[in-house]
Amino acid sequence: MSTTAVPPVHASTDTDLPAAWSGFVTGPWVDHVDVRDFIQRNYTPYDGDASFLAGPTPRTTGIWDKLSAMFPAERAKGVYDIDQHTPSTITSHAPGYIDEANEVIVGLQTDAPLKRAIMPNGGYRMVLNSLATYGYEPDEQVTEIFTKYRKTHNDGVFDVYPPAVRAARSSHIITGLPDAYGRGRIIGDYRRVALYGVDALIAEKKLERAGLDMERSVEDVIRAREELAEQVRALGELKTMAATYGIDVSGPATTGQEAVQWLYMGYLAAVKEQNGAAMSLGRTSTFLDVYLQRDLEAGAITEEQAQEIIDDFVIKLRIVRFLRTPEYDALFSGDPTWVTESIAGMGEDGRPLVTRTSFRYLQTLYNLGPAPEPNMTVFWSDQLPEGFKRFCSQVSIDTSAVQYESDDLIREAWGDDAAIACCVSPMRVGKQMQFFGARVNLAKALLYAINGGRDEVTGKQVAPVTAPVEGEVLDYDDVMAKLDTTMDWLAQTYVDALNCVHYMHDKYAYERIEMALHDREVLRTMACGIAGLSVVADSLSAIKHAKVRALRTADGLVTEYAIEGDFPAYGNDDDRADDIAVALVRSFMEKIRRYPTYRGALHTQSVLTITSNVVYGKATGSTPDGRRAGEPFAPGANPMNGRDTHGMLASGLSVAKLPYDQAQDGISLTSSVVPSGLGRTRDEQVTNLVGLLDAYTLSSGYHMNVNVLNRETLLDAMEHPENYPQLTIRVSGYAVNFVRLTREQQLDVLSRTFHGAV
Amino acid sequence: MTTLTDERQPGAPVVPLGMPLVGGAHGRAHGHGTAGLDAAEADDRSARLAAVRAGEVGSVHSWELVTAVDGPGTRLTIFLAGCPLRCLYCHNPDTMEMRRGTDVAADELVAKMRRYAPVLKATGGGVTISGGEPLMQPAFVRRLLRAAKELGLHTALDTSGFLGTQLSDAMLDDVDLVLLDVKSGLPETYRRVTGRELQPTIDFAHRLDSAGTRAWIRFVLVPGLTDAPENVQAVADVVATLGNVDRVEVLPFHQMGRDKWADLGMRYELEDTEPPSAELVESVRERMRVTGRTVF
Repeated sequence: MSTTAVPPVHASTDTDLPAAWSGFVTGPWVDHVDVRDFIQRNYTPYDGDASFLAGPTPRTTGIWDKLSAMFPAERAKGVYDIDQHTPSTITSHAPGYIDEANEVIVGLQTDAPLKRAIMPNGGYRMVLNSLATYGYEPDEQVTEIFTKYRKTHNDGVFDVYPPAVRAARSSHIITGLPDAYGRGRIIGDYRRVALYGVDALIAEKKLERAGLDMERSVEDVIRAREELAEQVRALGELKTMAATYGIDVSGPATTGQEAVQWLYMGYLAAVKEQNGAAMSLGRTSTFLDVYLQRDLEAGAITEEQAQEIIDDFVIKLRIVRFLRTPEYDALFSGDPTWVTESIAGMGEDGRPLVTRTSFRYLQTLYNLGPAPEPNMTVFWSDQLPEGFKRFCSQVSIDTSAVQYESDDLIREAWGDDAAIACCVSPMRVGKQMQFFGARVNLAKALLYAINGGRDEVTGKQVAPVTAPVEGEVLDYDDVMAKLDTTMDWLAQTYVDALNCVHYMHDKYAYERIEMALHDREVLRTMACGIAGLSVVADSLSAIKHAKVRALRTADGLVTEYAIEGDFPAYGNDDDRADDIAVALVRSFMEKIRRYPTYRGALHTQSVLTITSNVVYGKATGSTPDGRRAGEPFAPGANPMNGRDTHGMLASGLSVAKLPYDQAQDGISLTSSVVPSGLGRTRDEQVTNLVGLLDAYTLSSGYHMNVNVLNRETLLDAMEHPENYPQLTIRVSGYAVNFVRLTREQQLDVLSRTFHGAV
Repeated sequence: MTTLTDERQPGAPVVPLGMPLVGGAHGRAHGHGTAGLDAAEADDRSARLAAVRAGEVGSVHSWELVTAVDGPGTRLTIFLAGCPLRCLYCHNPDTMEMRRGTDVAADELVAKMRRYAPVLKATGGGVTISGGEPLMQPAFVRRLLRAAKELGLHTALDTSGFLGTQLSDAMLDDVDLVLLDVKSGLPETYRRVTGRELQPTIDFAHRLDSAGTRAWIRFVLVPGLTDAPENVQAVADVVATLGNVDRVEVLPFHQMGRDKWADLGMRYELEDTEPPSAELVESVRERMRVTGRTVF
């Protein structure tokens, strides 16, 4: 559609190159925005071990201590402070500092650390509820604006939802839709700010606009022009905001410190503008390493200074805050922001994308102590250098704050400059975005199939009327046929809902700065998702291999099940059960693909719940696998708690059978292991965890959270949360502060299989 | 010799009690069973017996993929059913009797080995044959070991050594590591713990040493039963005479097997025994360290 000529960002003769690029190997990246090309030509792979790393400087420790002293108050109240008067924009707030004289990297979302801003464009109801929860009076004028004059995303969505979607939404068969808050899961290519400077990015956007101006003014062209205009405006605001900190980001960064600062300014603009469900950072460590390496080689900085810059950057990422309701936090656990950073992986040319700065990022977990943010995500391949593999393994054992994704699967599908948004969603940085679709409750769909479309909890007719199962004993073929019909309806209703959501999000809460840091032509995915996979797989296995009797209430609703005999359970590398799970994933994906998507987005799905497996379980009646009403589902693609009885790896191998090409938005597995389950000595533990990660990814496993903990540690943390302010555990693609979980979630974590010697 | 036969409940085993699932596997929740393995079906009793004798079919308690407890790396551990010992502290009494196992064809287990060979190799692991006492079914074990070696896998045999003579020299060639649970260093204590004699285990240990087969020695520390200084010293003395020992593991007794005894209707003598204190465990380990071996 676009007829845009390749815009010369900078003249290509070397003499005209900005001084900021001196020493860099030139290439196509000089002529147009191409960060990957810049990295490939300029990065220095590092295949050594962690011995070069530096500890925290007193300055770093001082700043972190100052913040840490504020965390208990924040935890106790839920928020530290709120500015309820100023809707957040890129330029809304005066500069804020933790310790102005000592900060190496500056910039806060508001004028003070931990003070949260309101972002009403997603939905004003969410703002009002949050303020009420924490005892803040809403600002009268702001309320008037957003209830009288300015429509929000949330308002727009509810203007267009059809009744079927409303019913499915309120019965919790379709859940967690981003219809009252920011959708997130869009990664701006923040590296562009550092590499090119904002003026060059504006110039490129203006050229794109010139191309669009030559096309007829039809609907999609008009929309694209308006979006470009907003993007250019946002880039201008980014410059203005940076200037309030005394920083001029109009040109490219000239040093390692500036590269980090410029990149962070881009990210900061995004988190000032959007309260997205996940505000991920991208794949920045190896990019930044080029700058730090150049400074180190020039003798301009020491290793200690390089680490200090990264430490200070990570401190900023750790204190990104959004104003949300307790219900939202219960759904997603803790107070998450998903500042996901994707680290390492292999390049398409076979060189590892591991640099010293890949190590430096992980080192922050020692220098500052463990934390869930930023969400450290390692792209794992058995080909990674041994020294890096061992360091990752060691950091996992010490902090549990690292998650792993299969580099091979992601690189094959999306190339070697992809990053994870949120937990498991891969996308090419700056070239691809997703329409976040939360997930449907597949277990509930099974129960609707059995009950002719009625909800097993309320008895209401939610799905269209179909014939309920008859007779006492459930018949596999009969239930499968009914489930198929129900899934057809569910897929249709679901895509319908998502199209409404994303149409309105683009219209009322467009991500101006994040999209300004993308190419004009991006691949959009419609990221659907399923929850309760293991419940349904086990239920169908029970119906097939054992005898399951349906127990009905007086009005004929099946609400309980009685099982006689044994049945193979998903999670034991047993094809009899695992094949059912695989078929479910394939089948639902195929049904999703039948329905057209908003903006022609590519259909994808994830098998991921984050920690909302607890909430989904609560809303779901008893299931034919023996799970009682209200009991949690297993998280993500995990086998049901305690049913995977042949060890952590066998459990993982069942999950690894789920086909990635039918779940391109990711398949999440959470594994918990106690240290003694990995070996007698630390060295042995490190070696064995490396072996497990190699084995899992070589078996086409897509994602693994690794929690290395003791049951006693968790029990003690439940009783004495004040002693464990930093206890981090990984749950389905995300690390959370254990002490911030509800008691119910804490118990769920405990009841999960602890693989290895207890 | 202490025999508990008379005191046991009806329906209980007829031989003296005992047998831990040796070594680091202590504490692992058992009963995972043989899910995923097809039970071997023999049309008649004599056909089954022939298959068992030939080692084509064995009595299997369960299998598991497990890391760090049954040898190096991640391992496919196959637990066979049946044990000649009746250790008082056994935490898997459900593996004592062969009849409680499931008949499984060796080919089924070999298929598992083949499936897991890549992941076992990736982790630096292999196959461990455990029990019960695997040498109760030597023909079956011989087949499994041979198959594992043909797949290029590291092999470990987890045994008390009491039936060491059942392991032929040819089989020994297929064993890379023996996890040898000595249980006790004094014949009287051994008898009290297991109901059997110590000497076969000592003989087996020396045979392994002569053959150059690597070994990990395990010793379960039970207060009031195996913790006497003379007994601990006797274990250390045995270890000191062996040149093939890569590590010694002192395993603190625990009570996680208690319910299984009750479930099986078997009398459990150690109902009130407490796990050893950390100090006691450490002092015993110190004693073992005098042998110069790596001790955990």
